[in-house]
Amino acid sequence: MTQPADTLLQLSAVGKRFGGLVALSDVTLHIKRGEIYGLIGPNGAGKTTLFNILTGLYFLDTGSFTFDNNSYTRCPPHRLAQAGIARTFQNIRLFANMSALENIMVGRHLRTRTGIWGALTRHAAARAEEATTLQRAYELLRYVGISCPAHTLAKNLSYGEQRRLEIARALATEPKLLALDEPAAGMNATETASLKTLLQAIRAGGITVLLIEHDVKLILGLCDRVAVLDYGKKIAEGVPDEIRNDPAVITAYMGGHAT
Amino acid sequence: MKLNHKSSVLLVVLAVVLLFLPFIADALLGRGWVRILDFALLYIMLALGLNIVVGYAGLLDLGYIAFFAVGAYCYALLGSPQFGLHWPFWIVLPLGALLACVFGVLLGAPTLRLRGDYLAIVTLGFGEIVRIFLNNLNAPINITNGPQGINMIDPIRLGTFSLSSEQSLFGLSFPAVHLHYYLFLACTLLVIFISMRLQDSRIGRAWAAIREDEVAATAMGINTRNIKLLAFAMGATFGGAAGGLFAGLQGFVSPESFGLTESIMVLCMVVLGGMGNIKGVVLGGVLLVLLPEALRHGAGPMQQAWFGKTYIDPESLRMLLFGLALIAVMLLRPAGLWPSRQRQRELTEEHEDYDSTR
Repeated sequence: MTQPADTLLQLSAVGKRFGGLVALSDVTLHIKRGEIYGLIGPNGAGKTTLFNILTGLYFLDTGSFTFDNNSYTRCPPHRLAQAGIARTFQNIRLFANMSALENIMVGRHLRTRTGIWGALTRHAAARAEEATTLQRAYELLRYVGISCPAHTLAKNLSYGEQRRLEIARALATEPKLLALDEPAAGMNATETASLKTLLQAIRAGGITVLLIEHDVKLILGLCDRVAVLDYGKKIAEGVPDEIRNDPAVITAYMGGHAT
Repeated sequence: MKLNHKSSVLLVVLAVVLLFLPFIADALLGRGWVRILDFALLYIMLALGLNIVVGYAGLLDLGYIAFFAVGAYCYALLGSPQFGLHWPFWIVLPLGALLACVFGVLLGAPTLRLRGDYLAIVTLGFGEIVRIFLNNLNAPINITNGPQGINMIDPIRLGTFSLSSEQSLFGLSFPAVHLHYYLFLACTLLVIFISMRLQDSRIGRAWAAIREDEVAATAMGINTRNIKLLAFAMGATFGGAAGGLFAGLQGFVSPESFGLTESIMVLCMVVLGGMGNIKGVVLGGVLLVLLPEALRHGAGPMQQAWFGKTYIDPESLRMLLFGLALIAVMLLRPAGLWPSRQRQRELTEEHEDYDSTR
């Protein structure tokens, strides 16, 4: 299948079931380079399942997906990270007993090469790489706005900073697509506002953003395009203004028979 | 690495003590204790190897002693009258380590998907399989000599310099146990060096990431399969090397040296000392080798002195006190005697302005 050059991610008729439960069926959507794409839907709509397929944690049952013009239909997570998809998790999954700095340094793993020999001898190339890794980690800490000392253990960071650290760790992998699973969950209005600024900065830096969110106001205020999932199906897609007035979306969220 | 004045003085003192330790022990406690020191060093090497698997990568391995066995038997088979082979030490030892490394990968490969309890059970089974094989490989073709073990293993010989006979150097005479001590000390220091370098590297961070959260690690692009296999292989290599040294020191190996108790013992050293912390693991190794020996030698005479007769066999008392000590440590210091502290690395100095300017 040929795609328009500006398509970064293309999902074609993706389906996934868990035993008798159909988590996703026939979901087709595409994400363009450089946009912020939102994915909303009620609880259990299949948003996180879709995320897990994109990041290789689940394999899809039917359909296919291509990223950056390559097919990654059955591909382990580290290969997808290599290809340029980085994610955060709905329930924060940092490396709790490592420092904030080390968490980001782990993100640099797949863009660095030092092996056993380099680790043991610390030859010039290994030292240079380690120094770059460290410098980049400090830069990312500042970039996402974490003000704690760099050696604070991840588990001792505040909730908002943990969310930011996850984003920094994902950015360290130099992604083309940054997939965020409910980054604003549990944040207050101020934190959400600064998250919005951060995401806009990330997009301005040339990284495409995919966002799952419950905060509809944030999604509609931030995203270029939005898709709505309900019971594993895509029920709407479009720019925020279209979504706001889409009868199917209103039904899904409000229930009943809105007209 | 920059050292401040105090720690460099400490390091020098430690080096001097280690250098003269066999002579001190010999003079104060008798030659038997030098041999115990040799064993302590062997166990420290083993514990450091297991620390890579358990402490760094968080993979619970209850069959670790199998790699020790592989290294020991490799040495025994290639350097004894068993097959009439007498290969030189410097070939046999690396070969044993390499073979153990292969076994490490063999164990690692089928267990990649397992975690926690399940991994522990499979590794436990692996350890037993190796031991039972060694026990039964005397028929139909006699390879390992079965439960009788292999005797008259060649002593460690570096070129023409044999470690098994007394040697005179610098006007001092070095008995065999002393010579082994220095070789084992050098090997232990090498293992410590490798452990330190690995821990503070890209590979070490990947191990830590897998230990902390495997799903997140793989999502961050870490090839968890390769990195876990690497941990198994590295740990097993150290175990195999220690096994070769063990065979050379003892001159005799038999399957009963490689039972489950030994695996548990090495694991105890790691856990008791402080998982993931090299100093802690070394401390654990020293304590768990020396304390039981001290109890063995001390408990009988002490009972004689206090009560006039020996009520409890020192051997059973040893295990009793050992168990109590373990329980006490787990209750009072669950992270180990010397837990790993978040390292404030020297590296940070050049970046401190980042922290202070914010």
